[in-house]
Amino acid sequence: MKIMVCIKQVPAKDSTLRLTEDSTWIREQDLSYEINEPDAYALEEALRLKEKHGGEVVVCSVGPDRVQQVIREALAKGADRAIHLVADGGSRLDSYPAARLMAEAVRREGFDLICTGLQSDDLGFAQTGVVLAELLGLPHATIIMEVQAEDGRLKVKRELEGGWFQWVQMPLPALLTIQSGINKLRYATLKGIKQAKSKEIRRVIATELGLKAEELAGRQKLHRVYVPVKTKQTEFIDGSPKEAAAKLVEKLQRDARVL
Amino acid sequence: MSDAILAVMEQQEGKLNRMSWEALAAAQRIGDELSKPVEALVLGEGVRAIADEVAASKLACVRLLEDPLLKEYTPDAYCLALREIIAAEKPYLVLLPHTYQVRDFAPKLASGIERSFLSDCIGYRVEDGSLVFTRQLFQGKMNADISFTGDPPYFVSVQAGSFRADQVATGGQPAAVESFSSKIESGKVRTQPLEKFQEAKRTVDLTQAEIIVAAGRGIKEQENLALIQKLADALGAEVGGSRPICDNGWLPMERQIGSSGQTVAPKLYLALGISGAIQHLVGMKGARTIVAVNKDQNAPIFEVADYGIVGNLFDVVPALIEEINKAKGQ
Repeated sequence: MKIMVCIKQVPAKDSTLRLTEDSTWIREQDLSYEINEPDAYALEEALRLKEKHGGEVVVCSVGPDRVQQVIREALAKGADRAIHLVADGGSRLDSYPAARLMAEAVRREGFDLICTGLQSDDLGFAQTGVVLAELLGLPHATIIMEVQAEDGRLKVKRELEGGWFQWVQMPLPALLTIQSGINKLRYATLKGIKQAKSKEIRRVIATELGLKAEELAGRQKLHRVYVPVKTKQTEFIDGSPKEAAAKLVEKLQRDARVL
Repeated sequence: MSDAILAVMEQQEGKLNRMSWEALAAAQRIGDELSKPVEALVLGEGVRAIADEVAASKLACVRLLEDPLLKEYTPDAYCLALREIIAAEKPYLVLLPHTYQVRDFAPKLASGIERSFLSDCIGYRVEDGSLVFTRQLFQGKMNADISFTGDPPYFVSVQAGSFRADQVATGGQPAAVESFSSKIESGKVRTQPLEKFQEAKRTVDLTQAEIIVAAGRGIKEQENLALIQKLADALGAEVGGSRPICDNGWLPMERQIGSSGQTVAPKLYLALGISGAIQHLVGMKGARTIVAVNKDQNAPIFEVADYGIVGNLFDVVPALIEEINKAKGQ
């Protein structure tokens, strides 16, 4: 199986975010970065499929030069090669430009399967994978918790809401968006880290793909980024546990009318 | 040419998803402010009764799209059917609930007709006659105001709990139900849905619960969950938990609330020993009334709580059970 995994570099989870002076984005120079968590699971799933069925795992990431950090990590974990689509900012608003870049870069590669995380921890649109499938004309399924590949077909376990799941079948090639927790992540070995250094990272810029700026333009305009205003005024209830409990029950009955 | 605000109502097996009403409430508000007609769309097979139920709302009409290929959800059939009706009716704005199903098909639907989809919005405002939507970034640490550029139709999904289902306006008389026959070719549907199932025997849908009692790391040991269950029983509530509780296996994963679990919007949410990591808050802050009990008065859970008790939950919860039983006994 020839598998592509889309990975995104996002600010580390514990980052303290500060706004730029004009409140149009966050101060990126302050941040440390890591691989988007669901994408790490997508990579792990791809590596497991390769171990089972043979083939190749190619990682693809869109972003400035700093994204080579997560590309190197993926190569160290066992990906065979990488494609880095160089894009400085600009694409941070809409999933479409990122998907379009990837679609044009890999259209002729002929992947059997493309895996992405189900959403990014930074923008959280949860769209890039599905848009990429549409642009490449592939069937897709989202929020996947198990992948079985057999005879050119996929059988996948889709997570539904409320504790339900559903098996879905589809022909290959196809695209899946992977849910966190589908598998157990591996660590890179020392050998893997060493081998990664000699693996290929193909660096591609948008103009090489014959894409014009207007073809990559998002169809959204970002006005402002800001810290959410606390809308709720918390009423603290004092007293002994018994007193506080009695007061709370009264408030829930009288003011909130929920009991 | 229609200029409507179109709310897409999600149904599964003949039952409307509660979040559909929230999308409809948003559509009615936006329609009012922009003076545009509001329509609802029901799609499936044999779902006339749902269209009739929706028609009691204040609407220009309900569009009913039925096809045997819409009986079981597939992204291909849904997109083919929706693209037909969108091409025919040319709505201004298509509003969807941000459900797992919508996440599965809406990005495909919009990008396939070269339109943009603004997913998981939590609010909007009208500025100089055009819409500006608010959505969260960085798992709720930041908000962003975003508008569309280019031509309609615009596609927006709304986060659970951002609009109130009980604020859907009803009409003086039922809205007309207009049937639309689609022409989906079965050969174009590539995915084949198989059986639906649940992992565990006993299951629960927390998104439908009116009251939820949720436990976090503060309960310390699995045995202490019995106390939480006792409080839930007194309230007639469901028990939920934060991620660490479910990762430990103390509660089944289906009871996990937060970005990697369920997003809930009950009438009452009691957070017991939950510090309130953002991953948890995004899953529950849409609750109407939030009560937090925590030892640490600086815990972020108090950022979203209506009522807070700073104290040890092992002292507060038994007292609370007693007071609730007393109040209910009246």
